[in-house]
Order: sequence, then C-alpha cells, then structure tokens
Amino acid sequence: MIWGIDLLILLLVVICAFATITIKDLLSAAIVFGVYSFLMCLLWAEMGAVDVAFMEATVGAGVSTILFIGAILHTSRRSKD
Amino acid sequence: MKLLQERIKHSKFGESIIIETTIRIMVPFIQLFGLYVIVHGHYSPGGGFQGGVILGASFILIGLGYDFKTSLTRMKEKTNIILGNLGALIFTGVALLCALMGGLFLDYSVLDKLIPLGAIEWRSFGIFLVEVGVGLAVMSIMVSLFWDICSGGDLDEGL
Amino acid sequence: MKALALVTTLVTGAILLYGTMDFPAWGDPQAPASAHLSPHYIEQAIAETQVPNIVTAILGDYRGYDTMFETVVIYCAGLAVISILRRSRS
Repeated sequence: MIWGIDLLILLLVVICAFATITIKDLLSAAIVFGVYSFLMCLLWAEMGAVDVAFMEATVGAGVSTILFIGAILHTSRRSKD
Repeated sequence: MKLLQERIKHSKFGESIIIETTIRIMVPFIQLFGLYVIVHGHYSPGGGFQGGVILGASFILIGLGYDFKTSLTRMKEKTNIILGNLGALIFTGVALLCALMGGLFLDYSVLDKLIPLGAIEWRSFGIFLVEVGVGLAVMSIMVSLFWDICSGGDLDEGL
Repeated sequence: MKALALVTTLVTGAILLYGTMDFPAWGDPQAPASAHLSPHYIEQAIAETQVPNIVTAILGDYRGYDTMFETVVIYCAGLAVISILRRSRS
C-alpha cells in the first residue's frame, strides 16, 4: 500500500462522486459513474483484493453503465433538479 | 463518398463498418477469455460470476455494435432462458444431490460415493460444477436484462 | 432547507469518521475479525479442498449458501424484469 497512489485515487473518487450527483446531463453522469467504478476497482486492486476488483470492473464499470444508458434513453436526458 | 454510403447500405453491414468489423473480430476472444476466467477460477482471481458477466458482455457488444436482430440470431431468446434456468438448476441440483447422497446440503465430499475420485478431489470438483452453474445463470440474466431495458421489452430495436 | 441538509450530512459524516477511529489498522493480523476463523481457512484451505485460491474455496465451499442465494437473487431479478417488461412478439 503506497500512500501517494492511495491518496490520489481517493481524491479522484471523491471528485467523481461529486461530479456524478451535480451534473445535469444524465448521460454524462452515467459515464462519470463508470469512471467512479473504475477508480474503485483500481483502489481495491491496489489494496490487494483482486477478486473484488475484478467484480467491480466487470459488473460496475462494464454492464451497469450500459444498463444506465439504456434506461436514460427511455426518459428525458436532462435532470430537473 | 456517395458510392461508399450506397455500398454500406446494400452490404450486410449496418451503420459503421469499422466498429462492426472490430466487434466481429474481438467477440470470439472475449468469449474465450470469459471461459478461461470461469475454468481457471481455482488458481487465479475470477470465478463464475465474473466469467459469466464477461460472456454476457460479448453478446451485449454484438447488440450494441450491430442491431438487436443480429444479437438475437447469435443467441436465441428461448436458448437464453433455458441456459439461465439450467445454470440455477445445476447449482441447486448439485447441492440437493449432496443431501440425497446422505451428507449435508452443499457438502460435495459425499459425492465420492457416486463416482469414486476421492473426497478432497470431489470438494475441488464440486466447486467447479457450482462455478459453471453460476456462470451460465449470470450470463443469461445479464443478456436478458440488456435486451429488456434497452429495447423497452419488445426486442425490436434499441441503443 | 439546503443549509439544513448540508449541516445534517456534515454532522453524520463527522460522527461516522469519529467512529472509524476505533477500527483496527488496515491489514492488522491481530484484529478480532481476522483472529477467529481466518487462520483455519488460511492454513487448511489447500489441505481440505485442493483449491489454491482461498477466495474461491471460501465462496464455493465454506460459504456455499451465500453464493447459492446470491445466484438466486440475481435469477429472481432477471425473472422480474422479464415478467414486467417483455411483451410477446407477434
């Protein structure tokens, strides 16, 4: 566990989480959420939990982003609040 | 330029020839990697869930790059449902078979009475059977979730 | 109203951060969570199941119920989506 890489990844995770809930464009929010999942995957791989990192990379960043985009295409693209 | 567009329209390709050629070349390797992740889960990170999701992602990729019709010819709707049920049945069937052979539920070492391989070897092989069941179920569920959510349920077109 | 929500979130986050100060250090082998059953798994997993990856051995063998009902949960989710959304094609 290298504290420099750890701090950088945690900072990017917080930035991505804030961006996900503040962006008005839902399609961009889904993509940023995929970036968040990949950063969590990187964090877990860096902490030594390779199985969980693999799960996060396949399910969180791969399939759920596509399902979010498919659900957004059936609603309006911009968030109201 | 017009000639190229005409040629694309009349060929069996859809919208973008680059994306579809890339997907056509990549999909067998993605499926091979998914099978490797399922089978090699005993020795490396991975297992049934991750390999099943990768196998499902290959069919999702066909549905994204081509259209839903091509995705439905590669994996039939009925075959998908049968594979999903088969995966869940393999898991619970192996577990129930252990109980029927006189052991505990999910205690694979009892299956040694059925085919004599050794109790410890059966525990390893039972984990493999269970992983295959999880992989089949997860693959089918992921593909059907993609079909239903992205097309609104009628499986005609979407994305 | 937004200020109230911000204050509530900040206070809750501060309480949660204060609570994590009592946690054992990351990867501490003397922590209570890793002192009870984990030594048995780490020492006996290969001898009992012949699976070098301990995570797979625990998920597939020692905690088989957990994996089984995880699969059942995903299966039920897929069945629910199929039965709600899919219309018969004619």
